[in-house]
Amino acid sequence: MLRRLHSLPGLAAALFVILMSVTGAVLSLDPLIAQIGTPPSDAAITTGDLAADVVRNLPGVERITRSASGAITAYAETDTGDVAGYAIDPATGTVIGEATASPVMEFFKQLHRSMFLGTGGRALAGIAAAAMVILALSGVYLLVRRLGGWRKVFAPAQGTLSQRLHVEGARIAVAGLLLSAMTGFYMALVTFGLVPDGSDTWLAFPDTVDGGQPAAIDSLTALQSVPLSQMRELVFPFAGDTEDVFTLITANGQGFVDQATGQWLVFEPNSLAQSFYQAIYTLHTGQGMAWLGLVLGLLALVTPLLAVTGTLIWYRRQRATPRIKANTPPARADMVILVGSEGNSTWGFAAELHARLTATGIKVHTASMNAVRQHYPNARLMFALTSTYGDGAAPHSANRFLARLADMEKSPVPAFCVLGFGDQSFPRYCAFAEAIDQALAQKGSVRFQPLGRIDRQSAQAFADWGRQLGDRLRLPLTLDHVPPRPRSRRLVLAERLDYGHEVQAPTTVLRFASSRGRLPRAMPGDLLAILPPGSVVPRYYSVASSSRREGVIEICVRKQRGGLCSEFLHALEPGETVEAFVKPNPAFRPAKGKKPIILVGAGAGIAPLMGFVRGNPVGRAAHLYWGGRDPQSDFLYRDELAQSLEEGRLTRLGAAFSRVVGGGYVQDELRRDADRLRRLIADGAQILVCGGRDMGEGVRAAFDEVLEPLALSTSALRAEGRYLEDVY
Amino acid sequence: MLSPTVKTLGAALIGTTALVAPALAQAREVTLNVQMEQYRGPAAYFAIYLTDPAGNYASTLWLAGTKSKYQRHLRGWARAISSAGGRVDGISGASVGSGRQLSVSLNISDALIDAGYTIHVDTAVEDHRDARDAIVAPLSSAIAGQPQTGNGHMRALTVNM
Repeated sequence: MLRRLHSLPGLAAALFVILMSVTGAVLSLDPLIAQIGTPPSDAAITTGDLAADVVRNLPGVERITRSASGAITAYAETDTGDVAGYAIDPATGTVIGEATASPVMEFFKQLHRSMFLGTGGRALAGIAAAAMVILALSGVYLLVRRLGGWRKVFAPAQGTLSQRLHVEGARIAVAGLLLSAMTGFYMALVTFGLVPDGSDTWLAFPDTVDGGQPAAIDSLTALQSVPLSQMRELVFPFAGDTEDVFTLITANGQGFVDQATGQWLVFEPNSLAQSFYQAIYTLHTGQGMAWLGLVLGLLALVTPLLAVTGTLIWYRRQRATPRIKANTPPARADMVILVGSEGNSTWGFAAELHARLTATGIKVHTASMNAVRQHYPNARLMFALTSTYGDGAAPHSANRFLARLADMEKSPVPAFCVLGFGDQSFPRYCAFAEAIDQALAQKGSVRFQPLGRIDRQSAQAFADWGRQLGDRLRLPLTLDHVPPRPRSRRLVLAERLDYGHEVQAPTTVLRFASSRGRLPRAMPGDLLAILPPGSVVPRYYSVASSSRREGVIEICVRKQRGGLCSEFLHALEPGETVEAFVKPNPAFRPAKGKKPIILVGAGAGIAPLMGFVRGNPVGRAAHLYWGGRDPQSDFLYRDELAQSLEEGRLTRLGAAFSRVVGGGYVQDELRRDADRLRRLIADGAQILVCGGRDMGEGVRAAFDEVLEPLALSTSALRAEGRYLEDVY
Repeated sequence: MLSPTVKTLGAALIGTTALVAPALAQAREVTLNVQMEQYRGPAAYFAIYLTDPAGNYASTLWLAGTKSKYQRHLRGWARAISSAGGRVDGISGASVGSGRQLSVSLNISDALIDAGYTIHVDTAVEDHRDARDAIVAPLSSAIAGQPQTGNGHMRALTVNM
């Protein structure tokens, strides 16, 4: 609920809030500019002294004002009968020049106040300020809750780059933004007369005026009693009208002064509302407090960052959390389903479980694992449905779950049940689900049902698990979920190049074009998901080409014995088609910049590395280490690599072949070249590894040996984003 | 732009002003046509009011601009209504911008016309001058249809009766 309160006004008001903040930041310079442009004044000077000086220098003067920055402006009649403002030196009362408002500042002031939309624009500005107040307060609450209490509020931010920037930016700016927004909202309320600013009090013209000969201005005691620093505005009597009076507004109030006797005819001190309004005005504009203006202005510039990162976070969360029908709020739920998912497929299973439990009358709350709460007051049972990412790691929507659980004193619910999703061909099948199962048990929660495992999204296994669960719950539970087939495109095989037949490692380079319409966008390192006929589960292959640059999507496929998809692809003839879609893989791409890259692969794992070489600008060092079996048979891309070396896209090629006399594996080549690698890594090189799982482990071990003298390790480099792996 | 609400307010004026004739039958419909000057700046505040033959405040015909903190810049009018101990009666409307026109209809007792009463106009614009008696003209049938000019932000006031 509170998150909604944070995101809905945020999205609606994002553009307005950005506009208000940027214009406000520009205007924040105004007090400083005014202060710099204003000559210093003598503390001993009184309003009467200055008025007398101004009258001498500017005989037609009608009105003198003093701004919060100390700038004095006198208004006097011009030859054309109009009135012009003149800047006055407060020390001498002499005219410095015409008082001109900066057209730039005037433009921004109008934009900030009303967006040139009149009253409606002023209302919008007020609404934007209110939205900002709500955002700041709800944001602080969310931040405190997320970091686990007020004491941890300055703990390092975690999550995606957007999330970290959002949290860091908010921590720096929230106090200032809250001040600007609350004062701005108050001023909007004043503009619309919804709260009083005390300006409605009508100062009645005095009943009796002396009416005698006007005295010399510097002899008027009331004007002498007000130091210039206290003056706001002095209005002169109409010339020749002895019945008229001086109107004097000071920092403390306003009144009329008799031009003959020099006495106050009436003086009304500021009401509480007026004093309050002035204080708020100073806080909002920084007028007279230039440093405050600058601080608030700088902090306001954080708003666009918050708006953009906030929108990104919201958008990603919307996309990542499929809609669950009849989702009960956590406080009222009987059962809780938490989902750990990387690519969203686990959500489909969770939605089915949610729907079937709800149909039996149970109130169910479903959320991502990262959204786990400390306590669900009514919940008896918690489900954790989670996949495993990579080598036993948490999937995206569960990557903070274990840390949050560790911070809790006890398990949020008395009983739990974990269901893992994965692919049995991976060595660490369902490893993260196992870790969750252990962690919940350690927190004292009762294991309601032993850990279940679903291999390759098997609808049958899910239904079986549901039957067991139903028996235990004494509920008829029929879970029927067939994962939807991803939206795929039809691609046509344009060309194929075969290698490795002679060394029992048939590997083929396949180039696909679009059979109709535009080719889906793919970059080297992305994954091409191919759906073999009759299967709903796609197989992923690393892309070697840029669909834009080369106009084809190129992959490299090693034929696996009994492999459904690889055999299908190896039998494919040019002109035949496949169902496929592209899965972007931005986590496996060379970093931007000029630092060297070290590419390591074996066999068909060369595909993305070849793509990186093709896109590598001449001048950026790129070292490729690759392992094959026999240079006569499976030397993939041999000619193109030679050409890349010649062109300078590739700096050096270290190829190792295991089936030749004196040959070896790619990790042997790495050890042999340790000195060069250490130099490159000391220069900030990034390492990208692609190949089979065994090779991945061997390469990691080799690099750890190479790195030891540098007091570095692959895990240290991985944490910096300098050791990337795409292993399968 | 003749506003029908203005007419009813004019009728109210008759009820509140001591100097009007007892019966509506003896009142005349008077139209005040205002043409503002061209100037750079926000909309102008102005007051159109009457003084009696002795120069004392009689009544306000129209007040443009609703915020009292700016109304005090209409200094002749503000002083006049202060001395009369009065507050603004309901005959007011929005401030009027540069170059705009305004037309106000109201009923004025026949007894006030050609009887030595004077029409005064004070104008004020933020950061411009406060013009007291920007326009002064007798409330007489002789000025009917004749644009009256002055030195404030109002270019001309034409009284039709």
